[in-house]
Amino acid sequence: MNEELIRTLNSIVANATPLVIASIGETVTERAGVVNLSLDGSIILSAMVGFVAALASGSPVVGVLAAMLVGGLMALIVAFGGITLRQDQVAVGFVLTLLAANLAQFLGQNYTRIPGPQILNTPLPVVEQIPVIGPVFFRQSIFVYISYVLVFGLWYWLFRTRPGLAHRAVGERPATAFARGTRVNVLRYVYTGVGGALVGLAGAAYSLNVKAGWSTPPSMAGDGWIALAIVIFGGWHPFRVVLGAYLFAGLRVLANVIQRTPDVSIPVVLLNGVPWALMIITLLLVSSGAIERLVRVLPRPAQKWTRNFLRSDPPAALGTRFEPE
Amino acid sequence: MKTRSLPLQIGLFIAPVILALALAALLVLAVGADPLAVLQTIWEGATRDSRALGQMVNFWMPLTLVSIGLIVTFTAGLWNIGVEGQMVMGAVFATWGALTLDLPQPLLVAAEIALAMLGGALWAALVGVLKTRLGVHEIFGGVALNALSNVLLIYLISGPWQPPEGGSVRGTPPFPDAAIPSFLSDTFKVSLVAVLVVVAALVAVVLALRGTRWGLELKATGKNARSALLLGVPTRRAAMSAFIVCGALAGIAGLYRVLFTFVSASLRPGVSGGIGFLGVLVVLLIAVRPVWVPFVTLIFAIVLGGSARLQIALGVDSSLAGVLQGSLVLIVLLFNGLRGRLAAREETSEVTAHE
Repeated sequence: MNEELIRTLNSIVANATPLVIASIGETVTERAGVVNLSLDGSIILSAMVGFVAALASGSPVVGVLAAMLVGGLMALIVAFGGITLRQDQVAVGFVLTLLAANLAQFLGQNYTRIPGPQILNTPLPVVEQIPVIGPVFFRQSIFVYISYVLVFGLWYWLFRTRPGLAHRAVGERPATAFARGTRVNVLRYVYTGVGGALVGLAGAAYSLNVKAGWSTPPSMAGDGWIALAIVIFGGWHPFRVVLGAYLFAGLRVLANVIQRTPDVSIPVVLLNGVPWALMIITLLLVSSGAIERLVRVLPRPAQKWTRNFLRSDPPAALGTRFEPE
Repeated sequence: MKTRSLPLQIGLFIAPVILALALAALLVLAVGADPLAVLQTIWEGATRDSRALGQMVNFWMPLTLVSIGLIVTFTAGLWNIGVEGQMVMGAVFATWGALTLDLPQPLLVAAEIALAMLGGALWAALVGVLKTRLGVHEIFGGVALNALSNVLLIYLISGPWQPPEGGSVRGTPPFPDAAIPSFLSDTFKVSLVAVLVVVAALVAVVLALRGTRWGLELKATGKNARSALLLGVPTRRAAMSAFIVCGALAGIAGLYRVLFTFVSASLRPGVSGGIGFLGVLVVLLIAVRPVWVPFVTLIFAIVLGGSARLQIALGVDSSLAGVLQGSLVLIVLLFNGLRGRLAAREETSEVTAHE
């Protein structure tokens, strides 16, 4: 296969990775019935903190841990406001996302556009030699490898383990889960925090690898909203979520390729709108029943499998409160 | 709640303000500046002379417009995050009118207002259709349409509407004089017409929400859309009308920004200036009570207008204003919850009846 194409695919995987990690994190949270709407601000703030911590300590690992801590704390504020203080999760999350973005700009004001530590690509021995797959998937950074583990790990956790069953039950039927002895709100706190820590990891993946460094306005602004949409598009299922993230990143890279092609005269600025138009279109596909109509076109044996894969019902108790009596 | 003593009530009211200020002070110390100097700079930046006061009023008015509009959508239970984009589209439509129509001043200004309302309302109607007909949540529709409106704005400024002297992304050519309402004075650059439009909008919305069937329908939709529908309230129509009214008001706010924000009136990148999102914060802060709007927006406008000078005067980033406002609203939300918990504890035997 030609070099150019492999390079493009490699960069799609690399660029998609923060989106994958963030939307997997949000999937963890939403599967437990909590909406963490602070994603965009959380990613921005944790990216800034991750970069500065790595710069100050000289260790990217410290940066990654600091970013995860910030993401986790932000999510816990949403959990505290939504669960313990019974406020609207959407309100707390939205205020938090604005606050975090401003906070990042304010605290990061002396760290813009300066060189800092980066996490470089580390090809995985042996598997990187596999033709096509090796250079595309295994000549990447540690963040990319972590994202693979997260996707398969979350799938296995949710659908193949007992605690994973409880995790889903808390988001689907909290009253039933409670009756069976599950501590609903404790689990919701835990999964919100874990999901938030992953969102923080996504922030670090930006500022230490994909878009290394810090600037205002932050280069990853808006991606948190796209990650939230990917969770919906992905039907709260890890495999579809990762597919959605690759699709988004793929179309973005494609837009860049088109932009470089000399005989296409689309104004460069309009291409910035592509991910957002795509966001609306994908949400439309999910919600308007268009997918169902597409499925009916398929041969009958393929229908059931496709329908199961494409089903996108949100966790039944998403965004609602549970009060044990 | 009724049994609580007055001092405690006042305490719960003031504590969030003090906490937010303390947090901001800590952050200012963290970046190596003096909190008192920052406070003084903000106050003087907003009030030191008539020019500064005028700039502050020119933050206050559009923020008030947007907040009134958001009162309407929040009453109907809708998260109109798309308000930023609705401001931008109002500004874009009005700019088209200002740069192409050849009319005498009063007519041209009226046409700009009408176009601004149209632009904002159309963009809001898109969010509304996505929400009510196609099942796309208004937060996601709004966020995406905000971004798309900005893409369109940058495209217009850097392409079709760029000044004849050459390509820049700084803005359109300045508006003709006939497109700009006259100021009260050369130093206090506020237009009486514009202020009257804002006041009229505020009064109209407050009255419509209180005394009309439409207001009742919005409230019913916002409280419980399902039972409202069962009781015969046309909830879809209520939601659409709320979006359209909010969009039209946001559109005027966008026009206001274009006309009175920069030294010469022209459409520039970042025309919304984050005022739409700030409006969401205002409405959350006052728990959707319209009479509070002008007071809270005044305070926010002083902070916002005053902090513009922070960078020049003290080398402190002006995003401090956003931090202060965001943390205040967050703390107030958390305090509301805290108050609810305290009240629940007082009604000991009863099971919590929190809505």
